[in-house]
Amino acid sequence: MTTLLGYGTIAIILFSIGVVGVVARRNIFVIYMSIELMLNAVNLLLVVFSKLHQDMDGQIIAMMIIAIAAAEAAIFLTVMILLFRSKGSLDSNLFIKLKPEINR
Amino acid sequence: MNTSLLIWIILFPLLGALLNGGFYLYHIKIQKVPEMLFSIIGTLFPFLAFVFTLILFMQMQENASVYSQHLFMWLDIEKLTIPMALLGDNLSIFMSLFVTFVGTLIHLYAVAYMKDDEGFGKFFAYFNLFLASMLLLVLADNPIILFIGWEGVGVCSYLLISFYYKDKANVVAGNKAFLVNRVGDLGFLLGVITLFFALNQTGISFGSMQENIGLASQPLLVLSGILLFVGAMGKSAQIPLYTWLPDAMLGPTPISALIHAATMVTAGVYMVARFHFLYESIPNVGLFIAYIGAFSALFAAIIATRQTDIKKILAYSTMSQLGYMFIAVGLGLYSSGLFHVFTHAFFKAMLFMGAGGLILAIHHEQDIFELGKHRKRLPIISVTFLIGVIAISGIPPFAGFFSKDAILAGAFGGGHYLIWLMGLFTAFLTAFYMFRLYFILFVAPSQSDREQHKTPWSIGVPLFVLAIGAVFAGFINLPAIFGGEHHVDTWLTQLGSHAHHMSHATEYFLIFMSVAVALGGMFVAYKRYANYDFSKRETEEGLIYNKFYVDEVYDAIFVKNTQRLSAFFSDVIDNKIIDATLMGLSRSFVAFGRGLTFLQNANVRYYAFYMLMGMSAISYYVYMKLQGV
Repeated sequence: MTTLLGYGTIAIILFSIGVVGVVARRNIFVIYMSIELMLNAVNLLLVVFSKLHQDMDGQIIAMMIIAIAAAEAAIFLTVMILLFRSKGSLDSNLFIKLKPEINR
Repeated sequence: MNTSLLIWIILFPLLGALLNGGFYLYHIKIQKVPEMLFSIIGTLFPFLAFVFTLILFMQMQENASVYSQHLFMWLDIEKLTIPMALLGDNLSIFMSLFVTFVGTLIHLYAVAYMKDDEGFGKFFAYFNLFLASMLLLVLADNPIILFIGWEGVGVCSYLLISFYYKDKANVVAGNKAFLVNRVGDLGFLLGVITLFFALNQTGISFGSMQENIGLASQPLLVLSGILLFVGAMGKSAQIPLYTWLPDAMLGPTPISALIHAATMVTAGVYMVARFHFLYESIPNVGLFIAYIGAFSALFAAIIATRQTDIKKILAYSTMSQLGYMFIAVGLGLYSSGLFHVFTHAFFKAMLFMGAGGLILAIHHEQDIFELGKHRKRLPIISVTFLIGVIAISGIPPFAGFFSKDAILAGAFGGGHYLIWLMGLFTAFLTAFYMFRLYFILFVAPSQSDREQHKTPWSIGVPLFVLAIGAVFAGFINLPAIFGGEHHVDTWLTQLGSHAHHMSHATEYFLIFMSVAVALGGMFVAYKRYANYDFSKRETEEGLIYNKFYVDEVYDAIFVKNTQRLSAFFSDVIDNKIIDATLMGLSRSFVAFGRGLTFLQNANVRYYAFYMLMGMSAISYYVYMKLQGV
């Protein structure tokens, strides 16, 4: 059980760092990195549980997540380049476009 | 066949009102309609109503029957059944006979008076409606139907008094008439309700009430009698609810003639006579009515002596004459009272028509001194006016003498000497102020050019007819000592009027007194006003000129306090409590909403954070659940 506690703690710490990064940081690049961090925290837990239960399913899912994250990284980087082109910056506050135009 | 005529007496003027109203709408909205059409409709329908009344009257004389017509059941709630029914007995036919007759003449007069007026059609629509309401009031079979007519008369008077609604004073006068009448109406309604319950809800028609009057306890009868009289006070302009009547003079003159002669103000007298069975059983209330009448008569006569507006003088004289009528009905001399209503209708309509003719001839001037100063030659009007003045002053053999003398003799014979004295003094004042009016208007020397002014035929004819009435109407009910026949007394025997048999000497004495005071009043007026110098006016001050400041007192007590109360409701209750609560609520919602908009700021990072909070909350909940199991 000690292994689970250790790995679990590391996963939770990683995940929390990721969450705080998404919420608190403004740089889109860092937000992306934080998202990856959360994914990796989940991957870590999947692998740990897989090892613990002597079952390969978790490791398979972890491999898939890594593959998908790689594909996602390609798209994300493209998007970021486009965003940078449009505003000349990667500050997430510049991209508040969901807000309706209300005169107040 | 004959019973179905009854409803047509009301329907004809009503039809006239609808037709005129319709044509008037057409006139203003689509295309001009000639005045001729309005005047034909407006005078023909009242005339038809008169003809039908006359037919009924003739038939009644032959077979002495009472007509009643049940039209439909209006309300039927357990014991309260109110049928829409009409009653044509001697009293109501007598009343509607001269209402339609004088009414028709006034309609005819109005054709000339209102000539080229913008609202000609509207005027006749209201006028016909007024007559229809009055006839409904007169012919009603139960007090509720009577009340419909009662209110209809009130509404029409309001509409007509404020006919020239562009002038604020007229609208204020109309409002005043309506509101003061409302006070009386409330009394009337309460009186009817009290009477209905006092009679154990045995029925609401006049007939059944009369039969069951014995069922009620005395205090309830007294209460309902007084409440009903409050209604009569409002409609018939008696103290203390009379203030609307002089102000009502702001309307065009035909309206004043109609209100004062044929409709509206006589409604109160009629109503008391209608409830004669009630007042029969409570003689003390009757006495109270008689005293109110006497005070009103005297009070109005005193005020009238100093007024300068021709129509206001006539208005106060109406109030004074109404006082006589209430003396009569209060003392149980119903037929004398109604006889006075009858004769009064003739000479008062005539006086108002004459006044209207003068006002027209001298460019809408109403001040008697101005009218006298700029006098023109108006032979028809001056003669008929003189007849009216003599008739109202009670100089034999004109109509007013017989009816007024009958009332005074009745009061004397019944032993009510104070009332008799007040009546007698009022008669003196009446003769004085009426002759003052006449001398100033027609006799006092003035330097005007005295050009002849042509009187239109539709003013001349009604004046002429009414003048005949004012001269001869008195002869249909002669006192016993003249050997005449009591046509009116006989016709109205159903009312059970009190009759006092007096010795001939007493009657001669009373007649002598009446004539003496009338001539005395005339003489004083002659002395003071026949050679009146128009260069110096009478002083316009003093208690009497200012009508004893009653208007001001009412204003201070009722109007001001009501205004203060409504100001309180408006400023404090409405603004500070109700509005503040509602506005506070809505403002707080708005503020709350503003606060919430902070959350929805379109920033993705915040949304991510909320998502996280939500997920955490769900996770925590699931975790706690699992723990619990």
